[in-house]
Amino acid sequence: MRREVPLLITMIVGWFMVLEFFFPQAEKWSSELQNWAIIMTALASVLGVANVARINMLKVSRRDRDWRYSIVLLAGMAFMVLLGTVFPMVRSLFHIDSSWAIGGGEFMGVTYGPYRLSGVAAGTVFNQFYDFMFVPMQATMFALLAFFIASAAYRSFRIRSVEAGLLAIAAVVIMIGRVPLGREIWHGLPEISDWIMSVPNLAAKRAILIGAALGAIATGLKVIMGIERNFLGGD
Amino acid sequence: MAGSEPILERLEHADRRWIFLIMLVAITVPLFLRVDLPIRVSPEVKGFYAALEALEPGDIVYFAADYDPGSKPELDPMIKAALDHLCRKDVRIIAATLWPAGPPLLEAALDSIAMGRYHKTYGTDFVNLGFKEGKENVMVQLGKSFRAVYPNDYYGTPVGELPLLAAKNAAGGWAVDTFRDVKLLVNISAGYPGTKEWVQQVRTRYDIPIVSGCTAVSAPEDYAYIRSNQLSGLLGGLSGAAEYEKMIGVPGWGTVGMSAQSLGHVTIVVLILIGNVLYFLNRRRRKEAA
Repeated sequence: MRREVPLLITMIVGWFMVLEFFFPQAEKWSSELQNWAIIMTALASVLGVANVARINMLKVSRRDRDWRYSIVLLAGMAFMVLLGTVFPMVRSLFHIDSSWAIGGGEFMGVTYGPYRLSGVAAGTVFNQFYDFMFVPMQATMFALLAFFIASAAYRSFRIRSVEAGLLAIAAVVIMIGRVPLGREIWHGLPEISDWIMSVPNLAAKRAILIGAALGAIATGLKVIMGIERNFLGGD
Repeated sequence: MAGSEPILERLEHADRRWIFLIMLVAITVPLFLRVDLPIRVSPEVKGFYAALEALEPGDIVYFAADYDPGSKPELDPMIKAALDHLCRKDVRIIAATLWPAGPPLLEAALDSIAMGRYHKTYGTDFVNLGFKEGKENVMVQLGKSFRAVYPNDYYGTPVGELPLLAAKNAAGGWAVDTFRDVKLLVNISAGYPGTKEWVQQVRTRYDIPIVSGCTAVSAPEDYAYIRSNQLSGLLGGLSGAAEYEKMIGVPGWGTVGMSAQSLGHVTIVVLILIGNVLYFLNRRRRKEAA
């Protein structure tokens, strides 16, 4: 039963998703099932948060390597959940107005705040932490890519074969041809860059997309028919 | 010759911090010097512009801003330029995101352009539905009913209280509730879920035209949808944003960033060439020595 019931559910849900395209009568049911999927995905996010909390609490309790970082993670997560979720729920349940606020004043001629404690919109403490902690930190991580790419380009990208040579030529033409300086260097570079993107790149990407789509259809049919069972996990 | 050998070897395996320093100089100096470079507009960007330009005042656009702070420097310029163009056209905007860290960025962009620059009214001229988990399922369900997927907006207000979504049609139904009531879907995408999924799930099923702005790294994949006419236009990376800013005549961070990006790209190309020249010189030297 542990395998048969999930297989049956998968089969029924899968068929409804396909039948929707052929029989309008099935749309109501498939729509309902997709709404369930949205709710379950949201619950999965909550499970994800719970799992992160569990793993990091274990790490702290065992004093594993870098356990202090886990404390920072847990404290940050708890703080943001408190501001963004718990406070608005409390407010909503007990019909409290949204005037809980802290801070506010003037610094070097610039007025700031006060910042509302509850909620996630602009003008809240949550939003301040988002704007001045989360945004710069995540943007920094992404920006570091430019430096690693430069380092890899110099130290690792070696033209050892014809294929690597073709890759290098395409990379150079695209990189220079896609920026305004490329046209200043040679007016033909942007046109060649456009051609590479629209012809060889497109041919390869389209082949990959069509191949992946055919593979997805085949795998989908196998899952719906109960032939492919790996998604159920091991025994 | 013997004396130069270690120098070439050392250069080939130079400390990566020198490379980082060169890159830092290459991308920061042009930002301060503000070098203006002529920008050439590509056909995909013209397609994006034409799709927005064809909208009539009062039309409704679904604005899917699927990104997070990691892509903010690259995508914010095109989001602001697209919002500027939409507001200028007096188009009504339904904005939302499928990325959990996206809502505050979307809110800031709407506040800055729709409210700040064009003095549009929230709820009437534009709404922010915020984030909804569910990826492709949300896309498909939005084609059936906006209010079923988003009963409340980003601020917790029931969508029935927002004039834009509360209006009724002649038959007594909701005037704006599905993609059938929307003229265009504008998607700004940093990855998954994003442009590829919107095209696959929504474009043909609900027959709604889509234009996309995406990170430069995703652009090659989205070209397939341009040629198949499943995307009406495409802004690829910061250069796409700069081209679009030129089209609408509002230079922003896309245009400013072009000199930095130009020199950054040239630096990487020069590093590839130098790295390879050193590699081949050292290889030949080692062979001769052996």
